[in-house]
Amino acid sequence: MKSLDIILKECEILAFDLTFSKAKKWKAEDKKRILVGYLPIYVPREIIHAANGLPVGIMGAGDRKQIIKGDAYYQSYICHLPRGIIEMALDKNLDDFDGFMFPAICDCVRNLSGMFKLSKKGKFQRYFDYPQNFDALIGGTFYIQEMEKILEDMHAINGVKVTAEAINKAIKLYNVNRKLIEEIYSIRQQYPWRLSAVETYHILRAGITIPVEEHNEMLKQVVDHIQKERGEPMDNIRVVVTGSFCEQPPIGLIKSIEMAGCYIVEDDFMLGSRQIQGEIKDNSKNPLEALADAYIHQSTFTSCFYDVENPRGKRLVKLAKERNADGIIFSAASFCDPALLDRPQMQQECDAVGIPHINFQYHENTGQFKVIKEQAGTFSDSIKLWA
Amino acid sequence: MADPKEAIKEKSMVIQKDMLAKQFHDLSKAKELGKKVVYTFVPGNLTELILSFDMLPVYPEINALQSGMRKKSAAYIREAEKMGHSEDVCTYVKCDIGMMLNGNIGPTGEQLPKPDLLLLSYTGCFTFLKWFENLERLYPGVPVAMLHTPYQEDGKITKDQVDYMVKQLNEEVIPKMEKVTGKKFDSAKLSKLMENSAKAEDLLVKILESAKRKPSPIDAYFAGVYYIGPIFTAFRGTDSAVEYYTELWSEVQERIKLGLGPVTPEGELKEEKYRLVMEGPPNWTNFREFWKIFYDMGAVIVASTYTKVGGVYDTGFRHDPKNPLESLSKYCMGVYTNLNLPQRVDLIENYVKEYKADGFLINSIKSCNSFSAGQLMIMRQIEQRTGVPVGFIESDLVDPRYFSYANIKNRLESYFQMLEQRKIILKQEGVEA
Ligand code: SF4
Ligand code: SF4
Repeated sequence: MKSLDIILKECEILAFDLTFSKAKKWKAEDKKRILVGYLPIYVPREIIHAANGLPVGIMGAGDRKQIIKGDAYYQSYICHLPRGIIEMALDKNLDDFDGFMFPAICDCVRNLSGMFKLSKKGKFQRYFDYPQNFDALIGGTFYIQEMEKILEDMHAINGVKVTAEAINKAIKLYNVNRKLIEEIYSIRQQYPWRLSAVETYHILRAGITIPVEEHNEMLKQVVDHIQKERGEPMDNIRVVVTGSFCEQPPIGLIKSIEMAGCYIVEDDFMLGSRQIQGEIKDNSKNPLEALADAYIHQSTFTSCFYDVENPRGKRLVKLAKERNADGIIFSAASFCDPALLDRPQMQQECDAVGIPHINFQYHENTGQFKVIKEQAGTFSDSIKLWA
Repeated sequence: MADPKEAIKEKSMVIQKDMLAKQFHDLSKAKELGKKVVYTFVPGNLTELILSFDMLPVYPEINALQSGMRKKSAAYIREAEKMGHSEDVCTYVKCDIGMMLNGNIGPTGEQLPKPDLLLLSYTGCFTFLKWFENLERLYPGVPVAMLHTPYQEDGKITKDQVDYMVKQLNEEVIPKMEKVTGKKFDSAKLSKLMENSAKAEDLLVKILESAKRKPSPIDAYFAGVYYIGPIFTAFRGTDSAVEYYTELWSEVQERIKLGLGPVTPEGELKEEKYRLVMEGPPNWTNFREFWKIFYDMGAVIVASTYTKVGGVYDTGFRHDPKNPLESLSKYCMGVYTNLNLPQRVDLIENYVKEYKADGFLINSIKSCNSFSAGQLMIMRQIEQRTGVPVGFIESDLVDPRYFSYANIKNRLESYFQMLEQRKIILKQEGVEA
């Protein structure tokens, strides 16, 4: 077993390797392998795995890449994520990718799919429409058709005929992945000092750039390590960070929240890896149906799913209570309509039950955290004072 | 609307004004008239279906733009920001929420009724989803019918997508309308309305395509949104819409016969100097000033994309009374903001060529990611494909903080100079501009 420090170091490198060298190496080992890049938040990675592909999460360039060309593609009032991704595409970071999936989170990502089409990046560029109808026979059927399109795209590249067995096998692997990740969150729930939020982030983000089998192995070892005591408990408050599901906050921001005296016990940073809650049926004759069912019945709340029947403000409050959180930090990318338009009503839900909250906005390449640190520090102090 | 006292009006404009006034009056009396009220969006609207249930539609986007024109939007936006909305997000939403918090007084000064149904036709814009989720919380207990329109990601409408929409209409939208109104869905009535829609659509296309002539008898952007298009949404399917477009078409024919240019608020445009294709919504808070910069320079917009958010009819789509639900689905999927970027580029390229435009201009709107994200790439593509000079200005729909008159005027003046120079060069080379 590797030491936790070594695992964490590896994860940090993988998480921010914007050339995706590990994924490209994996592909080079076999002619029939393909790489499929996907943007936040969620795609059913199982079908890519079953088609001999590696799903690779493209979460933006963060503060690790200077944006020059990307800015010429976007007006100043559009969030930062797509400009970083265009920069990566133009700089050939994404050159070995066979195809791209753009999940339906907003019109920026939607239109980015068209920009990839116009610049002919990859062999396919699919906008992956999440159904907003949650009836299995209506939305579920549509979701299956969306998955079938991707399967056809991949088949056209490597000729791999995807079987039910192969998808079921992938579902099993991703079930393990989801379970281990949740185990880490529940250990951190009790002992948040054992693994920091930044470390957790690195581990999860590394996972979307490597084969799931390897990530599972890594996660198992992490779980083993943090079963044991590590670090020192501090007099910190416990917070849920929400609103950062797409454009990722810079590591400096997560660190600042922690350093200001907050344990981040729940977050939506790497939501795609955690969107489906619980296990997906792994022995179905029609595994696409199982994946669609999971999307419909087991998705966590997020800004990109219509939620009138099951409002996300209430779900956030419930989650905060389950995590025994003292407060909520609304942290959204600037110009992110989905997150920002949800904020007022979610805050009202918090007010209704007396959960304190603060909010701030960031860009993925924000470099100054002084104000955020102060704000989080005051938040933590005030909670401690009044608790 | 712009100050009606100053503007010079054609007969059609007067008819439109009366129709809209009556509509808002009916809305203010909806409860007395026993009519149910549906709030819904312009792109992918189901007007014929709504009317077939004898319900009255309200389009919050139109209220927002009217508030912008009446200089009320700044205060409404402030109100929404006070309740926690970010400065960064779509100002249509904030303007609407602010108006609602201020007593929901419509453009004619009469109060708008509360919705009996929120019809979330989620077409071509992600923000719509957020908008009605917000409204649902402001109008607790009002049912929401969600109609998810799949995006034309592959540049075509597939059978699966149509099936998905028809199923939603049959199992989500229509049952909710039946419940709200207590009436049964009447397919024959819907088809009848759609027959009228197709007639109005034929006329609308003729009117829009009249801009292919030199000089163009219409301005397909400013006039397009001022009096050609607005009637389309709320009245599509009615007899009065057909009458209105019949009148408008005869006016346009008359202008063609007389060789007249477009009507502007200050009378006829005397000389058509530049023909432009325009992408993006206009600014509403300073609509008249904005328009004036163009007509003062002799610039006519011969085709625009914004006037296609309520439906792209010039590429052939017509509501089909024989297959009403399929046709409504295809209509929703076909609206401009539901086209993918390559389709948008193709459409604009065709406009530039078919309408013999001298230039292509983008008014990039801070609020609207649906339009704006990717526009700079569209601009480059059009430049490469057509060779016409491209221009780029920025403003907002209804937030006056983002309309800088001096800035826009400067930019446009340099742009017109560029067009002028190109004309001279082309003339020297013996090419007809
Ligand atoms: S950060 Fe928000 S606005 Fe930007 S691409 Fe992501 S979801 Fe869309
Ligand atoms: S984002 Fe654009 S299309 Fe959507 S509601 Fe706002 S202005 Fe309308």
